[in-house]
Amino acid sequence: MGTYSTNEFKNGLKIIIEGDPCNIVDNEVVKPGKGQAFNRVRLKNLKTGRTWEKTFKSGESVEAADVMETDMEYLYCDDEFWYFMDPVTFEQVPASAAAIEDAKPFLKEQEKCIITLWNGAPLTVTLPNFVELAVGETDPGLKGDTAQGATKPATLVTGAVVRVPLFIDQGEVLKIDTRTGEYVSRA
Amino acid sequence: MIEATGANPAALNKQNVGERLAKRAATLARIRAYFAEQQLLEVETPLLGQYPVTDPQLDNLRVENPFINTPSDLDYFYLATSPEYAMKQLLSLGSGSIYQITKAFRQDAPGRLHATEFTMLEWYRLDYDMDALIDDVASLIQLLIPNTAIEKISYREAFIRYAEVDPFTATAAQLENIARKKIDVSFSDQSKDVWLDLLLTHCVEKHLGREGMTFLFDYPASQSALARLDTDDNGLVVAKRFELYINGIELANGYHELTDADEQMRRFTADNQQRLQAGEPAREIDAGLMAALERGLPNCAGVALGIDRLLLLV
Repeated sequence: MGTYSTNEFKNGLKIIIEGDPCNIVDNEVVKPGKGQAFNRVRLKNLKTGRTWEKTFKSGESVEAADVMETDMEYLYCDDEFWYFMDPVTFEQVPASAAAIEDAKPFLKEQEKCIITLWNGAPLTVTLPNFVELAVGETDPGLKGDTAQGATKPATLVTGAVVRVPLFIDQGEVLKIDTRTGEYVSRA
Repeated sequence: MIEATGANPAALNKQNVGERLAKRAATLARIRAYFAEQQLLEVETPLLGQYPVTDPQLDNLRVENPFINTPSDLDYFYLATSPEYAMKQLLSLGSGSIYQITKAFRQDAPGRLHATEFTMLEWYRLDYDMDALIDDVASLIQLLIPNTAIEKISYREAFIRYAEVDPFTATAAQLENIARKKIDVSFSDQSKDVWLDLLLTHCVEKHLGREGMTFLFDYPASQSALARLDTDDNGLVVAKRFELYINGIELANGYHELTDADEQMRRFTADNQQRLQAGEPAREIDAGLMAALERGLPNCAGVALGIDRLLLLV
């Protein structure tokens, strides 16, 4: 198992803390005028989703998390798991509710996602930056109303609610930015 | 309250370059005018040195010497981490009170407040003690940032107030206990100074300089660096060292300078012991500084102030 020195710390680096894989969200070196330097690190536990701050002594070594990212297609879910398939090997893996938490509002079948695997099991599911989803329910569209800024709520087929312009109708397919959860345009 | 926006490098980049350059030039001119009026002599000392520093927390950058003709010649030059040793040589040769604005280089992990190369203002006043030098620093800051309030708090008082522990009487284990209650810490350590540094950076510093400038003074003897020791009103042995904070940012570090050559040699040797224990090679002790101390350093106080950090505030 590899290790990382605090000198190698950067955002996105995956390390093991108390047996769990964690992502470095933020890394700041703090040092008194003279004396010991520390790395004050914001971490996200990739199993539980918890984020918190931990301090390392600069120069310390930390166990590296053996994670890999792979493209997979979402198939279906049962009561417990969300199943993804490798489009090349057709191998299927079940993802837990915690792993799909961030992706869930905009996740539809056949969507190609980036799966972060740790010891072969999905840790996190990341959607493409933009997805196309149909409107399941919204107030009737107001034809010709293109006034800037005026919006109404629309429920997408995945269940997520987004603010859309007044002219959008039920059944229309929309382009959504999954990083912000916001409407971009008609697809 | 001083605006903290300057501390954000991204925001700074959007400012007009010409405006920033003009501000920098004007600030340096005002600093030089202050010292000219105070009759301190401006000096310049070499950036390439023959010796590295022993301080276990500090590493020099080194550059290869391209002209090695004999085996006794230097393989490397060390870039100065501060002009202190060179300026003390001048003081020992009778320079009188002096100041310098120069570049300094440190092998620090770069960060929001740390650069490998930075600009330092350093000055020495003959016959000043720590308190007199603190007042001098305050005068200069008030000249550059008018109406800045002044607060002075001892290291001990600051720890009692903000970390709820007496840094002089607590043991390493007691400090570790307190630190672990406040901070999620990944390591264990036997060294009391590591826990003091952790509590200082994580619990104390953010409260310093909130309303102007805060001078933190009378450090533990174990963190005396090149400051002389004295006994405070409570009978505790303290280092006559201070740091200036504005907005939680450390801006300057000053000493009532140690002039005792034997004591200095003991501290350098202890630094090297610490380096060896950490599995690092010992550093050659600066013979130039030792010669200056043997020759006789006049009674003086000196301080180094980070110009780049200061420019975030003016």
